[in-house]
Amino acid sequence: MVDSNRLAAPMGSLIARDNPITFEFEGKSYTGFAGDTVVSALIANQQWLLSRSFKYHRPRGPLTMAGQDANTLVQLPDEANVLADKVDIEQAIRVMGQNYSGTLANDKDALLEKVGRFMPVGFYYRAFYKPKGIWDKWEPIIRNKAGLGQANLKFKPEYYDKAYLFCDLIVVGAGPAGLSAALTAARQGAEVLLVDENKQVGGALTYHRFDTAGEVADNLLDALKAQVDGMANIRVLTDAICNGWFADNYLPVITGQRMYKVRAKQCIVAAGEFEQHVVFRNNDLPGIVLCSAAMRLMKHYAVKPGNRAVILTGNDDGYLTAIELAKQAVNVVAIVDMRPAQADTQLGSELIKTLQSLGIEIIYNATVYEAQAKQNHLAAVEIYELDREVKISQHISRIECDLLCVSSGYMPTYQLLCQAGAQLTYDDASARFSLNGLPENLHIAGSVNGIHALDKVLEDGANAAQQCLVKLGLADVVNQQVECDIETNFAWPIFPHPQGKDFVDFDEDLQVKDIINSTRLGYRDIQLVKRFSTVGMGPSQGRHSALATARLVAHATGRTVSETGVTTARPPFIPEKLAYLAGRIFNPVRHTPMHYRHQSLDAQFMPAGAWLRPAYYGVPEQKEMLIQQEALAVRNGVGIIDVSTLGGIEVNGPDAAEFLNRIYTYAFIKQPIGKTRYAVLTNEQGVVVDDGVACRIADEHFYVTATTTGVDAVYREMKKWNAQWRLDVDIANVTSAFAAVNVAGPLARKVLEKVCIDVDFSQQAFPYLAYREGHIDDMPVRLLRVGFVGELGYEIHMPTLFALNIWDRLMQAGQEFAMRPFGVEAQRLLRLEKGHIIIGQDTDGMSHPGELSLTWAIAKSKPFYVGCRSVDIVMRRPQTRKLVGFKLDKSNPKPEEGHLVLDKAGADANITGNVTSCHYSTTLDAYIGLAYVGIEQQTVGSHFPIRVDGKAVLSEVVSLPFYDANGERQEVN
Amino acid sequence: MPFSLLKYGLTNDYPFEDNMDLPLPMELKDNYDVVIIGGGGHGVATAYYLAKYHGITNVAILEKGYLGGGNTARNTAVIRSNYLTSEGVKFYSESVKLFQNLSNEFDFNIMYSSRGQLTLAHTDGAVRSFRQRTEVNKHFGGRTELIDPQQIQELVPTLNMNPANMPILAGLWHIDGATARHDAVAWGYAKGATQRGVELHQLTEVTNINTVKGKVVSVETNRGTVGCGCVVQAVAGHSSIVAAMAGFRMPLTSYPLQAMVTTPVKPFLDPLVSSSALHCYVQQTGRGEIVFGGGSDPYPLYNTRSTLELKESLIASAIEMFPFMANFKLLRQWAGTTDMTSDYSPIMGLSPVDGYYLDAGWGTWGFKATPICGKTMAQLVASGGKVPELIAPFAMERFDAFRQVNEMGATAASH
Repeated sequence: MVDSNRLAAPMGSLIARDNPITFEFEGKSYTGFAGDTVVSALIANQQWLLSRSFKYHRPRGPLTMAGQDANTLVQLPDEANVLADKVDIEQAIRVMGQNYSGTLANDKDALLEKVGRFMPVGFYYRAFYKPKGIWDKWEPIIRNKAGLGQANLKFKPEYYDKAYLFCDLIVVGAGPAGLSAALTAARQGAEVLLVDENKQVGGALTYHRFDTAGEVADNLLDALKAQVDGMANIRVLTDAICNGWFADNYLPVITGQRMYKVRAKQCIVAAGEFEQHVVFRNNDLPGIVLCSAAMRLMKHYAVKPGNRAVILTGNDDGYLTAIELAKQAVNVVAIVDMRPAQADTQLGSELIKTLQSLGIEIIYNATVYEAQAKQNHLAAVEIYELDREVKISQHISRIECDLLCVSSGYMPTYQLLCQAGAQLTYDDASARFSLNGLPENLHIAGSVNGIHALDKVLEDGANAAQQCLVKLGLADVVNQQVECDIETNFAWPIFPHPQGKDFVDFDEDLQVKDIINSTRLGYRDIQLVKRFSTVGMGPSQGRHSALATARLVAHATGRTVSETGVTTARPPFIPEKLAYLAGRIFNPVRHTPMHYRHQSLDAQFMPAGAWLRPAYYGVPEQKEMLIQQEALAVRNGVGIIDVSTLGGIEVNGPDAAEFLNRIYTYAFIKQPIGKTRYAVLTNEQGVVVDDGVACRIADEHFYVTATTTGVDAVYREMKKWNAQWRLDVDIANVTSAFAAVNVAGPLARKVLEKVCIDVDFSQQAFPYLAYREGHIDDMPVRLLRVGFVGELGYEIHMPTLFALNIWDRLMQAGQEFAMRPFGVEAQRLLRLEKGHIIIGQDTDGMSHPGELSLTWAIAKSKPFYVGCRSVDIVMRRPQTRKLVGFKLDKSNPKPEEGHLVLDKAGADANITGNVTSCHYSTTLDAYIGLAYVGIEQQTVGSHFPIRVDGKAVLSEVVSLPFYDANGERQEVN
Repeated sequence: MPFSLLKYGLTNDYPFEDNMDLPLPMELKDNYDVVIIGGGGHGVATAYYLAKYHGITNVAILEKGYLGGGNTARNTAVIRSNYLTSEGVKFYSESVKLFQNLSNEFDFNIMYSSRGQLTLAHTDGAVRSFRQRTEVNKHFGGRTELIDPQQIQELVPTLNMNPANMPILAGLWHIDGATARHDAVAWGYAKGATQRGVELHQLTEVTNINTVKGKVVSVETNRGTVGCGCVVQAVAGHSSIVAAMAGFRMPLTSYPLQAMVTTPVKPFLDPLVSSSALHCYVQQTGRGEIVFGGGSDPYPLYNTRSTLELKESLIASAIEMFPFMANFKLLRQWAGTTDMTSDYSPIMGLSPVDGYYLDAGWGTWGFKATPICGKTMAQLVASGGKVPELIAPFAMERFDAFRQVNEMGATAASH
């Protein structure tokens, strides 16, 4: 371990010195303390170089120490692009730099910087495409150079979850303004949620120096903390980031492995500001940090940020940083103040005196023009005098240093607020942005609101809370607005260095000339500048480039910064792990009550919506044979199929029949009790979208089935329509309340007669399409005599609770008749033989009743049903296609569902339709199917070509059904 | 290093004076032969083809925001032609062909990248539909295959073959599927159009449209009124609103469509992958970011806000498809407005107003049609209203005549 440059307590509020932790960076072992981030521990060990930049592979060290820049993105074994100034060493045992080839210290790709002059802004738009096709060669090379970290493609997701929180007031940011706001609101009885992304509350009070003596912050923080601890109605979440603002104060708060979704009646954002950097040559070198970053290093982590420091500032905060550095035995060589020489600073002569006593020289009206590096670290700065006209004039001095702390001013933490619709406006005099146009129930307080004096910040927090209390009905007087005259920003000149490397955007390695040249190429709108140059597109989303970019673009295009504006802020606030959004893996699967019976019968399942249904029973190797056997069992004996997934809808009330009459195409007013009717649903375009069976149980009570995947939409449509019609009905989706089976085959009656003794199953008493109710072992059942598969058959609908028992009873009763369970595949074959369509398979988004030969199911005399106008119009128009049955000898290649129907064989054929169903039928010993054909191709007995694997196969149009044309088997027996 | 970059390094006065991509702002004239409302990809493409092929250059493009700042900027740059209907496949195939040559035609690299698009089927219904799309595509000379799970796994080794307990049964492998830098497409067209004399007016919002005896005569803007011989309306997301200024209604419903992107990682995913059942598509950009997109929001709205709900459901689906992405970082979420038709096909051609041409109803599939749409709209304008055969099926009157071009299954969540 390298000799540590840790400072003595009380520096280091976040670290536990009695708990050393060893970790690896770039294969080398380092030791830090519990509470250290990767960056603080590395800097404690003199390791500043963390990664390489996106384009030029320039060395990268920390800038903000607050997780707000992309400089610190490192690679963990399972995770790319991790903010090393936010991740604890306990969670990052093996860390690597990113985006280099060779070693981090000697990156071979750093050569890219040398050829940078050949890569002007947007260079990739101007090359790599001549001759045609050459981009295909260049693209992979460029792609490989892009990207940052490496994904671990084998990584298995860990457990993450979500929780909801509700509160009267959420305060985002627990700095002095936030603490003051939370306390004010809580004292009046509001339920307050106080969140802060840092590990401790206090915000700037934990690291910033507010006074010469350096006592104010600690004392105030202790007092505020004690008060917050004493309030039971303040819930504090630290290490928790409010990462977005969504409509009506719906706020994701991310902490640990959880995302809280907070719904807050009132929201105060007291999230502070981002300190801003200065643009000069090599301003991105490791060793150049924001003043607040140097303060955080010392106060939070007890890390001495350097030995010889220079301060570059445009406000008094740089002075205060200098004092802290000097107190911690850093040799502060000079403060370079970009402001003109002043009689005294805002903090007064005491501050100047302190600096003088510390032997720190102040150079006014000057700037760092260029930084110089040695071994990937800052080694010296060149100081020049500033001139308002020509930008710089005289060279003042060259100072050797290993630390440069910069503060040019601040930009409010605008992200959440702009997501909420607030606008940023720029004031040229104060050179700072402010926020306007906040939506209702969203407030700001503290420095994000432009208030900086500590006492005013507290007052502003209390004021914002007071506004919330009024809205919450807990107070009735709004306080006067707080005014604060502390100037934090300085409109320092931004100008290009003749040799460049004057970076505006560190994420994307963009220099002053890149921004200006974008405007000169015609990309003058700030959004076009962004899109062309990529400024602000990187992981830090322009936090430290937006202000400089706006000023550069404004100047270059002769507009004001207010006119140019900044680019849109979108969620999230900081890049968020996808795991938080996905949460716990939750994919509901619906099982019918008989699911485990099917499983023990070796069913192979297939999805049907969220349900799993048996496709067939037996091993997959014998699939085709099993399907045929199951179908034959129904044709020759008896079979049973679980149809619990069918939708069930109960319609009750005086207007029940009228309601169905309007929803479905058929007539239902005079439907007798105890009868079922086929129900076809068309949409307003006249397209068939669902079908089912309507049973009239009582005069004012119908039970209607719908398709498995369609029922939710049908139910929704019913509710929607009746919201307009206001008919006196109650509509309920009872799909889950009822399970169902279909017992079908010539022996079906015999099976049912054994178990359901209170129903007369004779043809006379219970004819085709009748509905009866009865009991199986005292369990109530609804019986529908229907004929989907074309045999004598009964659908038995029963309360889900009893379904398993009834299934067992039926299976037991069926034993002597060799009743066989059959799956969806056999059912599809059986219904195809019978010529029944399946909605969704044999219909598409254009299928109207005429094409499907369903006009018989439309009541001609009734005045209205949903879609009737469209159906009438479509039916009057010349028809273009028809769904027909076709048949072809099994010696032909089998047409597959989706194959095309052609108008003729041959190369110049046109498409006239497509196959929707096709299967080999043992009963008919041929391929049979349904297909849309051209209207001129529908004649029974004619042939039409289907393109099967590129070849036209002629198929014969046959009349439907293929099997039992007179319906004797299902109806007469 | 390509030769074309040398000149930039060997001179100090880049960018050269004659090298501007976009012209400086200028005054509006009193009159134009053609006014194009909407400076997105479609509008500038129409202007480009008018100038290039038809010599019509007295053209003003009026854009209320900035060039290509609407759906051109917000879409996820999927280019494909694997549709279901003959009309759709023919139209989009022409677009793909034009795209392939655009960089060289513009002398501006749009970074057209033919990575292929893979759509996953989790149900036998989807397999049926994919087979039909494959057959229709092949019929019109497109390169599309129905591939099995093993081929899918070879193509995308990182894909979870059993996402959300819905095993992948087959894939629609569209070899012609591609992506391109969407902004560059708009810029390339704008550059080509303005160099030929077309005027591009940004920050110029149309506030009213004046007609005389059923014919459009002038357009009012925030910068004054301009007379016009004819108008092309190409304002995706606001078609109904602008059409209302011209005095007619359109059969459109506008929904937000959201998309999102991660921080960049080194390349690992070549094809564009989408799942029909999970309503999610995933692609990796040239910068290394992963882009996610899904279906439109469930309720109509003109606000392009983002929602947490959609982000949660979309990312949950993405993690099902590529579980290791759980540790990726979402960087940005945004939305556009999509003008949806009931048959998921566009509306192009004539309108009830004389001389007022429509380019609308692009739902979630507008970007990929940019070149062919511009080309055919230019033909329509240049011919004084003779509708090119390729876009005739997309006439607005089809909704009255029940001649919809139904692309529902071929559009949802694969854009």
